[in-house]
Amino acid sequence: MTRRILGSWLVILVGALYFFVPLLGTFEFSLRYRRGVYSFEAYRIVLGDPRFHATFLYSTVLALATIVVGILLVVPTAYWIQLRLPRLRPVVEFITLLPLVIPAIVIVFGYLRIYNSSSILPLTGSARATDVLLMFSYVTLAMPYMYRAVDAGLRAIDVRTLTEAAQSLGASWATILLRVILPNVQVAVLSGAFLTFAIVIGEFTMASLLDRPAFGPYLQLIGANRAYEPSALAVITFAITWSCMALIQVLGRRTPGVTAGAH
Amino acid sequence: MGLLEISGLQKKFALSTAVEHFELDVQRGEFVSFLGPSGCGKTTTLRMIAGFETPSAGAIRIDGVDITRRPPNRRNVGMVFQAYALFPNMTVADNVGFGLKVARKPSAEIAPRVQEMLELIKLPALGNRYPYQLSGGQQQRVALARALAIQPKVLLLDEPLSALDAKIRVSLRNEIRAIQRKLGITTIYVTHDQEEALSLSDRIVVMRDGRVEQIGTPFEIYNFPRTGFVASFVGTLSILRGQVVDPGRGAIRIDGQEIRASQGLEGAQVGEVRSVALRPEIVSLHEPAADGNRMQGTVEDVNFLGSIVRIRVRFGDNAVSLDTFNNPGAAPPQLGQPVTVNFPREAVLVLEGPATV
Repeated sequence: MTRRILGSWLVILVGALYFFVPLLGTFEFSLRYRRGVYSFEAYRIVLGDPRFHATFLYSTVLALATIVVGILLVVPTAYWIQLRLPRLRPVVEFITLLPLVIPAIVIVFGYLRIYNSSSILPLTGSARATDVLLMFSYVTLAMPYMYRAVDAGLRAIDVRTLTEAAQSLGASWATILLRVILPNVQVAVLSGAFLTFAIVIGEFTMASLLDRPAFGPYLQLIGANRAYEPSALAVITFAITWSCMALIQVLGRRTPGVTAGAH
Repeated sequence: MGLLEISGLQKKFALSTAVEHFELDVQRGEFVSFLGPSGCGKTTTLRMIAGFETPSAGAIRIDGVDITRRPPNRRNVGMVFQAYALFPNMTVADNVGFGLKVARKPSAEIAPRVQEMLELIKLPALGNRYPYQLSGGQQQRVALARALAIQPKVLLLDEPLSALDAKIRVSLRNEIRAIQRKLGITTIYVTHDQEEALSLSDRIVVMRDGRVEQIGTPFEIYNFPRTGFVASFVGTLSILRGQVVDPGRGAIRIDGQEIRASQGLEGAQVGEVRSVALRPEIVSLHEPAADGNRMQGTVEDVNFLGSIVRIRVRFGDNAVSLDTFNNPGAAPPQLGQPVTVNFPREAVLVLEGPATV
């Protein structure tokens, strides 16, 4: 028994070392901007860079738009499949997995062929339209995570009975979705939203090939041209992602009654 | 004309027929139970009334208005589910007031109505709690209050007590009946528990394989079951098979012993095999009335159930169960002991079809 516990701790220790040592190395390196002393100079430079602000803001806005569109697309779909079309679940799961199977570069080249300036829907013809295209491509990219999170949330509640209870009380479909279903999968939707945010904020391939000023290409640009700042940016990106994960945990614990609803 | 009229109702699924030839008129303020085993079509019928299933044929009318194709949210029918179905994200008060908010009632009207409902279910102080902070019994009472708050024309209850433990089940069923009587609301109650149906209902609809077997008051269903299925499903019963001796006199020979049924055996032929049934509480080991039936057999089994001792006496191919009150001064008979059982002619239930047990 003791040997088994020791073995478990050993595995955790090895895993932690594998994960944290490179991160600590990156962090330590990012502090060496000034010769001979540790300082946060690299962070000061990065955080003071107007391109950092512009690209981070761009990616944040795009991430928020992606989350809204993703929720509007995925929640009603997953709800309807759970309620009325459970037989379609394997098909929909397969479709939502496709973005994981097909590389982003293949998807984006597909977009460029279909939506180029000579097509009937020339989304790459202007910067604003390309932003919209990029946002939809992020919706596709984040779909496996958003769908799974929402689907898991819906499975944890008795969707059919809650729907029927609301219907018998006079509620319309919109009321049921907004006031009964959505609040009860709030944690799942937020999990999907934060995962989407974490994906979009660091995405490089699509933003770069569609030539949009996102945070991912900025990370690459700094990485190619500077020494200490890329390490600082890597640590900042980690901090953002971890903050998202921490928020998922906090919100998951604080939402009253939601997890107790399943019978 | 009843408040709720169901005519020629039928529900077919791809491979089976769940309900067919369902006819029922429910009067205003009446409490009707659908009783039957799993898969008999009782819940499907209820769901068709609620609008959650679309009938394959037939019509449902409430107050003379055909609602057969109307969506569930426009039927004004309240429903209580087995799994409570309280909205987990809302407090008790919000749950009860949900239907009123959906109907866009003013807040000044909603708050007192919610409080009135909470007082009706005797939980006036729990409005701010969440469903997960309540016991199962409390949750089901809140579900009842929520269904009643919208003042539905018909209240539907789908096995509302099945998920509760025995003691709470009994107290809550009495409460449901008291509230139903107080409000005078027309109620349909689905259950597979015969005791629930017998104790709650004005009328019981016994169902089997998607069809109505018998509709009647609890007294009629229990004392005068028309089919072997109803007889065996409602209450404990011994079914005996024998040959008709004299249809006019209601005489039938069971394992070589002749007994008589007061209702006669009209339509039966001499020598035909028919089934009769006996309730255990009506059969005794005491001396019969002068014109009563008596049969001799041996004690096959003795079950001590506390206040009641159930004894099974075998005659040959047939056996009968009888109940006696526990008497500390008199020990029950021994296994294998020869005894004579007695029962009045009126207690012999002649069944219409072949018995199922």
